[in-house]
Amino acid sequence: MTIRTAISITGLSHSYGERQALKSLDLDIRVGEVFAFLGPNGGGKTTLFRLLSTLIPIQQGNGTIFGLDLSRQQTDIRRRIGVVFQAPSLDKKLTVSENIRHQAALYGVTGADLRRRETGLLDQLGIADRANELTETLSGGLRRRVELAKGMIHQPRLLLLDEPSTGLDPGARADLWQYLNQLRAAGVTIVLTTHLLDEAERADRIAILDQGNLVAFDTPDNLRDSIGGSTITIAVDDPERLVREIKTQLAPEASVVDGRVRLECEDGPDALARLLQEFGDRIQAITLAKPTLEDVFIQKTGHRFWQDREEAA
Amino acid sequence: MNETALPQPRTSTWLAARTLCWREIVRFFRQRNRVIGALGQPILFWLLFGTGLARSFRLSSDASEGQSFLEYYFPGTLVLILLFTAIFATISIIEDRREGFLQSVLVAPIPRSAMVLGKVLGGSLIALVQGVVFLALALLFEVDLSIASLIGLVTLLFVSALALTSLGFVLAWRMESTQGFHAIMNLLLMPMWLLSGAFFPVPPAAGTIGWSQLALHWCMRINPVTYCVAGVRRLMYDDAALIGIWTPQLATCWIVTGCFAGLMFALACWIAGKRVTGDML
Repeated sequence: MTIRTAISITGLSHSYGERQALKSLDLDIRVGEVFAFLGPNGGGKTTLFRLLSTLIPIQQGNGTIFGLDLSRQQTDIRRRIGVVFQAPSLDKKLTVSENIRHQAALYGVTGADLRRRETGLLDQLGIADRANELTETLSGGLRRRVELAKGMIHQPRLLLLDEPSTGLDPGARADLWQYLNQLRAAGVTIVLTTHLLDEAERADRIAILDQGNLVAFDTPDNLRDSIGGSTITIAVDDPERLVREIKTQLAPEASVVDGRVRLECEDGPDALARLLQEFGDRIQAITLAKPTLEDVFIQKTGHRFWQDREEAA
Repeated sequence: MNETALPQPRTSTWLAARTLCWREIVRFFRQRNRVIGALGQPILFWLLFGTGLARSFRLSSDASEGQSFLEYYFPGTLVLILLFTAIFATISIIEDRREGFLQSVLVAPIPRSAMVLGKVLGGSLIALVQGVVFLALALLFEVDLSIASLIGLVTLLFVSALALTSLGFVLAWRMESTQGFHAIMNLLLMPMWLLSGAFFPVPPAAGTIGWSQLALHWCMRINPVTYCVAGVRRLMYDDAALIGIWTPQLATCWIVTGCFAGLMFALACWIAGKRVTGDML
């Protein structure tokens, strides 16, 4: 039997005491795709990551990875998945090579097989010349490469990454994606969590999580297309009043987001011209843009991507 | 492609435990302050207390008989080295959790008991090496150690180290900070050592002693560490040197120390085996 679904979850919920971190999630991830869970911090991504990586047990709902039950077949699942955590999992007092070899031993990879795989991975990740250096001496970008080597040493068919770009400079981030694209080409399913909108754009499909809810689930293009042609944002002194007026005269779906008037419309330039014509004397600034994933997020949740975090801070 | 039918290497509990054990040893010897802390402090204590208390310590009314305090205190210092090393080894669990290393072990396809075995075995071997280094100082006394009693001694030290490292593991597993562990160390582990006959002899239960001495006697008698210290004492010194010191029989020491190690190891496996949401604190 050919399995085309890498991950399947139904009715997955999780709570930490009173606080519900995940609320009845359903989704399928296909074999061979790059899938991103996008959401602000506290959205439930890390909890989902911990459940999928078998770090914490499932409280409610069901999940399978390559058809294996997450509640009952953890050991079989663990052999088939590679996990790269957000927090570094390297032993700083060991060298790059020692870190990889210890990890390999946990997965039963030894001898000539280990040497061949280690050499291949270090070459592929461009860290062959660092093999004998202590990991505490490496930069953040190089450490992340060692993490990837650790995660791939047992040649998993699914790689889970929690916020892989966190703490990386743009160059290191580009290197990371180059490697992930190589893995995708080799047929490895890649599932990552991210709070970076531009990173989610690189995925084949994304799921947007907000406060434990799955608010959107599709390809980035389809999600953007789902909210109309373009987005207009207007800065004015009294946004509430302007929204009321726009609603009665032009577009019923206008709203105030983060102190600015915001509306999506099919024909952006035409709507822009009409707005300037009707309210031009009051408008301080007006922008017309193609929708971004942030616009998708705002439309699905009614608040800005970073709002919760800023309020919490 | 059938993903579940992919050939996967078989993982081995022993291979996993061995690699984690080796990691402990390599880490330990790369952190010089840990080596100094675990070996230096007990030696310093032994020299300072041993010489400082020499004149006030008399086991026999006849000063020419019995042991000097340096000799008496030697087995206790040996066990203190094991205890300190066990403490440092198990504190590293808290660091492993905090620094993130533990998470990659927890999602590896190995039983949790392999992780415990690796940690405990690593800590115990480090303790044993340090204990043996200190044991070389026994050459300063005129201790007549046969090969058989030397092998017995090293084995007993290893079993004691297993017991103490497992106990440390049980205490450290759910702990969030090393500060919390220091509190436990001062409230539980150091009193266990002080009440083991390491520093002062177990008061005899017979004769006309007060209730406080009797309470002390029983506290020390139910303390498993007492049997580790007494076992070392029995293997190092002959019976004549132990006159006036309440010392359990060697067989009893072996049985109690063995049971202590087995029980603590089983407890460590049990406590680490529960997969709960709080695994990543």
